[in-house]
Amino acid sequence: MGKHKQHSRVGKRLVQVLVSCFVALAIIAAFIYVTYGREIPVLQPAGTIAQQEYILILITVGLGVFVVVPVFILLFWVAVRYRDGNKKAKYDPEFASHHGLEALWWGIPCAIILFLAIITAIATHRLDPYKPLESDVEPVKVQVVALEWKWLFIYPDEGVATVNYMTIPEKTPINLTITADAPMNSLWIPALTGQIYAMTGMSTKLHFMADGVGVYNGATANISGEGYADMTFKVNSVSSGDFDAWVEKSKLSTSLLNTTTYRELAQPAKSDQKTYVLMDTLLYDKIIDKYMMPEQVKQRAREKSATETGASE
Amino acid sequence: MTTRAKEIAETQERKSLGLWVYLMTDCMLFGALFATFATLNTHVGVFGGPSGADLFNLKFVLVETMLLLTSSFTIGLAYLCATRGFKAQSMFWLISTFLLGASFLALELWEFNQLAAEGHGWWSSAFLSAYFVLVGTHGAHIAVGLIWMAVVIFRLLQRNFKQTDVQRLSLLSLFWHFLDIIWIFIFSFVYLIGGMS
Amino acid sequence: MSDLQQFIFGRLTWQDFIHEPIMAGAGIGMIVALIALIGLVTYLKKWKWLWKNWLTTLDPKKIGVMYLIVSVIMLLRGGADALLVRAQQVVNNSNGVELLNSDHFQQIFTAHGSIMIFFVAMGLIFALFNMIVPQQIGARDVAYPFLNSVSFWLFAAGMILINAPMIVGEFSTAGWLAYPPLSGLEYSPGVGVDYWIWSLQIAGIGSLLSGVNFFMTIIKMRAPGMKMMMMPIFTWSVFVTVLLIMTVFPILTVSLGLLSLDRLMDMHFFTTDAGGNPMLYINLIWAWGHPEVYILVLPAFGVFSEVVSTFSSKKIFGYTSMVFALIAIAFFSFVVWLHHFFTMGAGANVNTFFGITTMIIAIPTGVKVFNWIFTMYRGRVRFTTPMLWFMGFVVTFTIGGLTGVMLSVPPADFQFHNSLFLVAHFHNMIIGGVVFGVFSAITYWFPKFTGFKLHEGLGKAAFWCWLIGFILAFGPLYILGFMGAVRRLDHYDPSLGWEGLFIVAAVGVVTIGLGVAFQLLQVTVSIINRKKYKVGPDPWGARTLEWATATPPAEYVFATTPQVKSRDEFWAMKQEGRSFSKKYEDVWLPKNSSVGLLIGLLATGFGLAVVWHMWWAVLLTFVAIVVILVIRLTNDDTEMKLSAEEIARHEAALQRRAA
Repeated sequence: MGKHKQHSRVGKRLVQVLVSCFVALAIIAAFIYVTYGREIPVLQPAGTIAQQEYILILITVGLGVFVVVPVFILLFWVAVRYRDGNKKAKYDPEFASHHGLEALWWGIPCAIILFLAIITAIATHRLDPYKPLESDVEPVKVQVVALEWKWLFIYPDEGVATVNYMTIPEKTPINLTITADAPMNSLWIPALTGQIYAMTGMSTKLHFMADGVGVYNGATANISGEGYADMTFKVNSVSSGDFDAWVEKSKLSTSLLNTTTYRELAQPAKSDQKTYVLMDTLLYDKIIDKYMMPEQVKQRAREKSATETGASE
Repeated sequence: MTTRAKEIAETQERKSLGLWVYLMTDCMLFGALFATFATLNTHVGVFGGPSGADLFNLKFVLVETMLLLTSSFTIGLAYLCATRGFKAQSMFWLISTFLLGASFLALELWEFNQLAAEGHGWWSSAFLSAYFVLVGTHGAHIAVGLIWMAVVIFRLLQRNFKQTDVQRLSLLSLFWHFLDIIWIFIFSFVYLIGGMS
Repeated sequence: MSDLQQFIFGRLTWQDFIHEPIMAGAGIGMIVALIALIGLVTYLKKWKWLWKNWLTTLDPKKIGVMYLIVSVIMLLRGGADALLVRAQQVVNNSNGVELLNSDHFQQIFTAHGSIMIFFVAMGLIFALFNMIVPQQIGARDVAYPFLNSVSFWLFAAGMILINAPMIVGEFSTAGWLAYPPLSGLEYSPGVGVDYWIWSLQIAGIGSLLSGVNFFMTIIKMRAPGMKMMMMPIFTWSVFVTVLLIMTVFPILTVSLGLLSLDRLMDMHFFTTDAGGNPMLYINLIWAWGHPEVYILVLPAFGVFSEVVSTFSSKKIFGYTSMVFALIAIAFFSFVVWLHHFFTMGAGANVNTFFGITTMIIAIPTGVKVFNWIFTMYRGRVRFTTPMLWFMGFVVTFTIGGLTGVMLSVPPADFQFHNSLFLVAHFHNMIIGGVVFGVFSAITYWFPKFTGFKLHEGLGKAAFWCWLIGFILAFGPLYILGFMGAVRRLDHYDPSLGWEGLFIVAAVGVVTIGLGVAFQLLQVTVSIINRKKYKVGPDPWGARTLEWATATPPAEYVFATTPQVKSRDEFWAMKQEGRSFSKKYEDVWLPKNSSVGLLIGLLATGFGLAVVWHMWWAVLLTFVAIVVILVIRLTNDDTEMKLSAEEIARHEAALQRRAA
């Protein structure tokens, strides 16, 4: 009778383990099936900044695993060994303190976090979005305006502007200055760089570089109204020659971007990709100045002319 | 002391300490408002309009401060008289406190009205919004204190001081002193420091 | 006529009652359910009983049950919202099928987040505070029973306001924290954001008052002999939590207040013009918001300390460390808020500081996990449903903590912020931590309040559905985050191939729904079979004082005040053969009061009046609240006596019933 009970208990345990394994494998299989073959830009970076951010992610996970794995092992070992039915395990109800063990799990996480903190301090400064990239290549300047519900990219030096797509030369530093004429948005191109907020009356900066040729997806990462989901854009990284050709072709566009056509563009609506000839190189500044008072505008103009006539940026 | 009497004493002490604790949370409320004021008391926040230096009449504010500080003194006297059973004197000092507090509030409302009439209302700029709300929240607390005071005065006119009334008066005076302290911060950071530049 | 109409009705018009089908259905369903409930109570002639025993009660055990009921109903509403979100993201407007237009979709996820945080999670923890804390410290009641009632009814008022948009008006589309400028008058001129503001503002005042209440309860009403370092860890977790509540809820009051002043009185705190600063709102709201999530999770940690200790038949390992860890977590929770907006451009120095403080919190949290595991070590662990929830918690919360550390590194966060990775992380923490903790608490303490256990099999089925459902629902979201998917999207480019992941996520949410169904079934079956599952006052072999009371506890809870001699006092009493004194004395309990209910109703009216700009009603309800409060607070006759003889008789009856 006892042996029969023991067998059914072992049998029940075996069924439980088999079912658990099956469910776990099924879940893993499902996850692999729906992920396989898709683009995973954060883990497949195509730009220097995204690449460095990716390495940081790996380091963090690696350090974290140092804690997570022991926790899981300990949890399951303790749970199995000290379960109520197991007569072999020692029962010591007064065991409620052990300075050595406590020192271990205060100390080791402290050490791991200290290590990560140092890495964080260095990386945060190195990957500051406001920090220009070090390169011999002349950067391309793009001024970005978040609108309802589209992105406007102004190329002041090239004299063109685009909506919902940004063509850039590969292996060239891109210096973005970003503002909004809309609720708060966030400019994000996961394959190339982390994001930064776009805010009215302010100019944030983002510096990045594409490693090679390709088409990358961009989006806004902060809800900005009804058409928020339509604010996706494409980043076309092309060869230097192709970039120049694109600029020339764009200059032949029949659409002109000045303050009047800008006002139409800024009306709340989603948009297709558009290409403009830039008629007003001060348009970006005017958009920011809209939110500032007259005196501030004069002050900004004074500061700007001071930096332009003075040392280079 | 009977168990019941001990319980009643403990309940009263708990009310006192509880009010203290609540006042600490009120400190956080004012703290957030001060932080807001500090953030918006800038060139951008003023947005081309008048700043504190342009608007604040420090002599006026001094009068307001004197009124409020004196009222803290008079409510202290009211409480001391109450604990010693001097009902008439306590009522006198309490009514004086009410009048001083009400004068403070009236002056403040007049000040607000002046500013608004000149076009410098809370709708003009972020700085003015922050000013009106910070000082106005303090004023709203004063108003609550005055309502409380009126209720206390009214009840005391109706009947003799019971122990619970003396205790309620101690809670009220705690609240009133707290408002005085907040006013000192407002006086210093909004009018004195904020009024310079 | 039109001027009079506008004066009376503010900006309310007939159109505001018309909604599109899904919302109209939900609104009508709500009204029908309410009418059915009223009908049922009338039919059973239970109004007097309801009034006396529930609506006007000041008994914290009953107030706790009311919090529980409201929270569970809100859990179903918030869960329905989640199902709709997942459905929309699976359908993705393909083949022209628009399940939810973007406006509706945005209202739904805003409601989902706001309801889950403010009316489910907060409600559940306040339920636990009310039902457990006084008893754990050997007290009969909280420090301010009347204030406790006011807190609950303000919570209920907020709940009504957040559901009202389904019937009249619309809800906010600005997300659960309503960042300006989107939530300002310029971009959200309708009533939605106002509903959001006032629902939270009113409930928030209730929370703040509860914070003061429980702080004073723990400080002043512990049974004689119970020093602070002898309190149960759950009470310690509540103590630390209410310190957080008291410190940060005023900041929420200010944030919501300033936003409402921008909207109501043309002020310029967060507007895009006249010097307004939306970044200020973000700082203020997160200075509240981060401690808020610790307010939610610390009581869950406390629950696990009780559950693990009881079901391992062992003292909690490292009591002092556990207390210190709670305090450390609470302290650090004040200095991390900027990690919610690393991407707002604060600069490398500021970002570094907040990144480092954020990762430091992982240390005391990890210590707690190890201490729990070592409580099980050399214990005799029984894997009842409450313990299963604990195991699920460790597995999920540890992963969530790892993703939290990943997010705490600012440049990495630049790739995660506002993506579905972030969404997965915080659901990981809240579901794995708070929700699992509350479920553990409910299954653990249920027998104490009802006298019968919950059906174990259904409880375990519910657990596995929740655990597997959670993995299926949020695992894909981590992956989607890496794929560059941002949050709050009502549609996305189908060529990205994200659909499969959303389908898995939808299956996960349905599985969680199945888990909820099992839980509801479990409660129903247990109630029906309560005689079969009947247990005594100490079914688990517990260690703390709340188990030393009768089951269910008498109104006066403890016939005589316990004299506490050690930690785990109940366990010590059992070991040493001690029991409570039988020298009964008169006990004074608070009388019932309808003032709390009235204030809740008036607050609801106030909220509706402000939203619809019915200024006469705003003034009227406000004055009425003040008047009622003055009347109550000047009333000296608020307690009733329970004589020693009555207590003796009641205790004797309890003995007879137990025998």
